[in-house]
Amino acid sequence: MRFIFKTDYQQDIRVWRHGGDLFWYGLLLVSMIVAPTVLDDFYLGELSVVLVWAVAAIGLMLLVGYTGLVSLGHAAFLGIGAYTEAYLLGQGVPFLISFPLAGLVTAMAGVAIGVPTLRMTGLYLAIATLAFATIVEKVFSNWNSVTGGFDGLPVEYPSLFGYELAESWHFYYLCLCVLVAVIWFSTNLLRSPTGRAMVAIRDSEISAQSMGVNLAKYKTIAFAISAGITGLAGGLFAHYVQHLAPDAFSILLSIQLLLAVIVGGVGSIHGAIYGAIFIGILPQAIAILRDYLPSKIADTAGLEPGIFGLILVYIILAEPMGIYGRWLKIRFFFDLFPLYKKATFKRQKSFTKSERLR
Amino acid sequence: MSELVTDILTISINGVALGCIYGLIALGFVLIYKATEMVNFAQGDLMMLGAFFAYTFITAFGFDYWIGIIAAIVVMALFGFVLDAVLLRQVIGQPQFAVVMLTIGLGFIFRSSAGVGFGHDPVSFETPFTNKVVTLSENLIIGQENIAIVVGTIALCAVLYVFFRFTRLGIAMQASSQNQLAAYYMGIPVKVVFSLIWAISAGVAVVAGVLVSPLTLIDPDMGFLGIKAFAAAVLGGFGSIPGALIGGIIIGIVEQAAGLWLPAGFGEVSAFVVLLAVLVIRPGGLFAQVGRKKV
Repeated sequence: MRFIFKTDYQQDIRVWRHGGDLFWYGLLLVSMIVAPTVLDDFYLGELSVVLVWAVAAIGLMLLVGYTGLVSLGHAAFLGIGAYTEAYLLGQGVPFLISFPLAGLVTAMAGVAIGVPTLRMTGLYLAIATLAFATIVEKVFSNWNSVTGGFDGLPVEYPSLFGYELAESWHFYYLCLCVLVAVIWFSTNLLRSPTGRAMVAIRDSEISAQSMGVNLAKYKTIAFAISAGITGLAGGLFAHYVQHLAPDAFSILLSIQLLLAVIVGGVGSIHGAIYGAIFIGILPQAIAILRDYLPSKIADTAGLEPGIFGLILVYIILAEPMGIYGRWLKIRFFFDLFPLYKKATFKRQKSFTKSERLR
Repeated sequence: MSELVTDILTISINGVALGCIYGLIALGFVLIYKATEMVNFAQGDLMMLGAFFAYTFITAFGFDYWIGIIAAIVVMALFGFVLDAVLLRQVIGQPQFAVVMLTIGLGFIFRSSAGVGFGHDPVSFETPFTNKVVTLSENLIIGQENIAIVVGTIALCAVLYVFFRFTRLGIAMQASSQNQLAAYYMGIPVKVVFSLIWAISAGVAVVAGVLVSPLTLIDPDMGFLGIKAFAAAVLGGFGSIPGALIGGIIIGIVEQAAGLWLPAGFGEVSAFVVLLAVLVIRPGGLFAQVGRKKV
């Protein structure tokens, strides 16, 4: 076990807690950079998808995990980002401008839904974002002049400095750069006053307000940042699927993103990455699993959502902190070996506290 | 009668019938929310399961229509009881978000098991009201199934009202919803009461499923109706029974009117546009029950 001797208040908000962190994350980054030389195109493609989901999951994590605002409508933000990117590229706007614009337009959409929903919390916010997503999905399928309606919208390859990024390793590096930038931005945001205001709002709105946090301002900022990052993921998503169709951005996608956030572990950037790996790999795993199941179950159309549902139920009941929480427990076990106590992570018994009655 | 008046009358009658269905599903949400503060996103899928059970009892087992419905209600009520006793009780006191995701997951599981068990082809069964109409005037014709929906809803609401107002168990349920700990101190078996609420709610879902089946047919994706019913419940102010019904009827009428007078595509989103508009003005719904939380 490593004991950190703190001699300075700055140590509390440092990105790297100690040299070990820097070493292991550096090693991870290096192995991600050399990955294309080892992996073939199929696995590289799968890895790129995981990176795209990771960007989207971080976007949602900032809202759900750090500000405590549950959104059932992030598929809409992903879609707005994707369509903006595809439309702008189609109009001849260079990639270096269209991609940030995709994020910016989505962030503005986030403000557009964030401001009217400022007074809503919990359930009401979830259903309002759901309503917003349903409306946006219908706009995608009916605004033919921009989105191409049900025929869909083809997406051009991005090009940088006159060099077309058409190979799968080009796309992989693009996703990796965006993800690293987003992680860098988020970790720094979370140790800034803005990020700490967001966490305060999550833990108790009233306490945060009493400490001088402007609820309206920071909730809107959280919505804008979350939507903007998800919009960037949408831009990448557009390049991944290469042909946008409105039915890709349904409520199921929103739930899938929430699934990533929960399965990975609510309230940590690590969790968003683990969750993205999970939802990126699971469809492939299910496809392989189908070969081993009795044909009546394997051939049914709803197998994938069913397994998603089972895992979701299991995680909520048994692993409320998700995959990241399980990893923390395992590490804690070895850190304290042989003194680990099972009760350390045990849930306390609790009662429903009514939110309706004064 | 002029055409406009007939249109308006048809829209209101069909809208009220559709709205009653939304209201009935919403009633299931509201019952559970009122008692346990849990939000059951799987309510639409419970309705789907209930409709499938009724279908199985009536067509495969050859039960009479009414006996089939009662059998389905009993089965689903048991299912709801066990569901709460085994799974949902464990998340009491956890953040609301956890419950929402848990029930979303359960809904997915119900949907795919229904796909495996009952197949994906839409089915329907003969009801005493199928293909019968009441002719009010030359061009104002109402299907009997719509009348059955409205009458069924009113009857069910009356029964529930009497139950919550006058029976010992109903009052115990109200007490446990207002303060769980105090209810324990008064000797109310809160856990059993919660499970019973789930049983009632599942029973209500069966009634909704059976009433709506002549209109939409029964298939595993029928539960998506639950999303609109959820919108209805929120519109009315979650946790208010009359609110749920009024919210349902508003959404039903708006949908019918938008389907007739506005271009295609508006019909489906109109409900959500209305919902957003209402929530922006009144963040707690029409009959808001949410007060500011005290620390």
